Amino acid sequence: MAKPKVPGVFKGMGITLGIFARTVTKGANTVQYPREKETPPVRARGVIALHQDNCTSCMLCVRSCPDWCIYIEGHKQLAPPRRAGGKPRQVNHLDRFDIDYALCMYCGICVEVCPFDALFWSPEFEYSEPRIADLLHDKSKLSEWMETVPEAPELETGAQKK
Amino acid sequence: MSMLAVEIPYWGQSLLRVLGGLAAVLLPAGAIVYLFLFKMMSFMQSRLGPMEAGPFGSLQLVAEVGKWMQKEDLVPEAADKRIFKMAPLVVLLSTFLLVAVVPFGPDAWFTNFSVGVFYGLAVASVSVLGILIAGWASANKYSLLGGLRAAGQLIAYELPMVLATLGVVIQAESMNLQDIVVAQNTGEIFGFGGLGNPFILTQIIGFLIFMIAVQAELSQTPFDMPIAESELVSGYMTEYSGFRFLIFFIAEFATAGVFAMIASVLFLGGWGVPFEWFSWDTIDSVDDWMNVAGPLIMFTKMLALTFIIMWVRFSFPRFREDQLQTFAWKILIPLALANTAITAILKVAF
Repeated sequence: MAKPKVPGVFKGMGITLGIFARTVTKGANTVQYPREKETPPVRARGVIALHQDNCTSCMLCVRSCPDWCIYIEGHKQLAPPRRAGGKPRQVNHLDRFDIDYALCMYCGICVEVCPFDALFWSPEFEYSEPRIADLLHDKSKLSEWMETVPEAPELETGAQKK
Repeated sequence: MSMLAVEIPYWGQSLLRVLGGLAAVLLPAGAIVYLFLFKMMSFMQSRLGPMEAGPFGSLQLVAEVGKWMQKEDLVPEAADKRIFKMAPLVVLLSTFLLVAVVPFGPDAWFTNFSVGVFYGLAVASVSVLGILIAGWASANKYSLLGGLRAAGQLIAYELPMVLATLGVVIQAESMNLQDIVVAQNTGEIFGFGGLGNPFILTQIIGFLIFMIAVQAELSQTPFDMPIAESELVSGYMTEYSGFRFLIFFIAEFATAGVFAMIASVLFLGGWGVPFEWFSWDTIDSVDDWMNVAGPLIMFTKMLALTFIIMWVRFSFPRFREDQLQTFAWKILIPLALANTAITAILKVAF
């Protein structure tokens, strides 16, 4: 048996009243942010963390950044040889690695483009500052974010290197 | 003022009337904005609305008013300055003129016109002038278009409103709002007086037409073409800021409250309870405590009607301009005319 047709006018009013009743009885879909906090998804793009030891200051992230918000300075220096009797190695030492989060648009191109796995996404998002200049995170602060970077998810079966 | 033992001097009476008028306009406006605009709308969108200012955000309105009061009172360079500044006051004035005619109890009224309905419908259209001059004086194409749309819409919906009221006037045999209240509360349905005879029962079509016309007069969604923000920025209010915008805002919701009061007087029995409950027979035998209970009853009915107005507002998208005009001229007005004619015929027949 066909249901009697309810005019759309009343259907619409029924929907708003239904949501009204649901909100009153079961609570809203929103949360009262500073007091209640939702955990962001594990792979949320909150802040970019720097793993300093992996960085070779190759400047790929700086050049790929659409906002030009990454600043790198470094110098070449000699490191002790890997094997006894070898020549000292020449390495790039990172003097400065800053990300200006006042400019960053969270596109993640730097994370993608980094060939040495030095940049990671962390889901932390509560780092607002009263002064805009304080949004420039230097390399020690960016390294602190590394603690909040979640473990990489398990590879899917069949995705391993052959 | 005779219910008090002491004789109040004329200036005292005037002061009481002004304070009463302010309360009758601002209290409903505040209640509507907080209960419906802030809270009900939020709940209908599955959110909580303002929660920070005061318990459950109840002081949010104070915060908003404070915010608007300290904003700069901007006047556009090319605007007609004197008229531009006057326009919101004209709109608010019509609200105050309108509330003057609403009875709140057997002795609790501001004026007791013999042609209250006529007066009320007449001053209700003063707000159109305010809106039109606001649109014109802003020297802004969006404001002008908004003002013209408002004028076209308010004129179109004034007619069904007047015609819907006619049915009530015919049934009550009076244009005095106090008499209309008494006629409903002393009325009988087939000899049964326990409910009175609120005109919503016999004039249900008139009531629906009236409420639709009120929705349009208040330019609440779905009839908010005059301030359609996707086309006209904010219509005739585009150039207003600070406390002049606040006055427009108060006027919008205060008028909603006053129109709801008039609708409750015309269709829901106003301040009264069915007189049979306390075996009163005329207005003179009504007990004095009704002067206190009456306003509360009115307030409750006003809230119930504004709930419907706001519920419709939050549920529907807006009409197109041509649909809006078609709806008024081709559907509502013929329907209201037919309703009036049938009411008149039935009145003569019985």
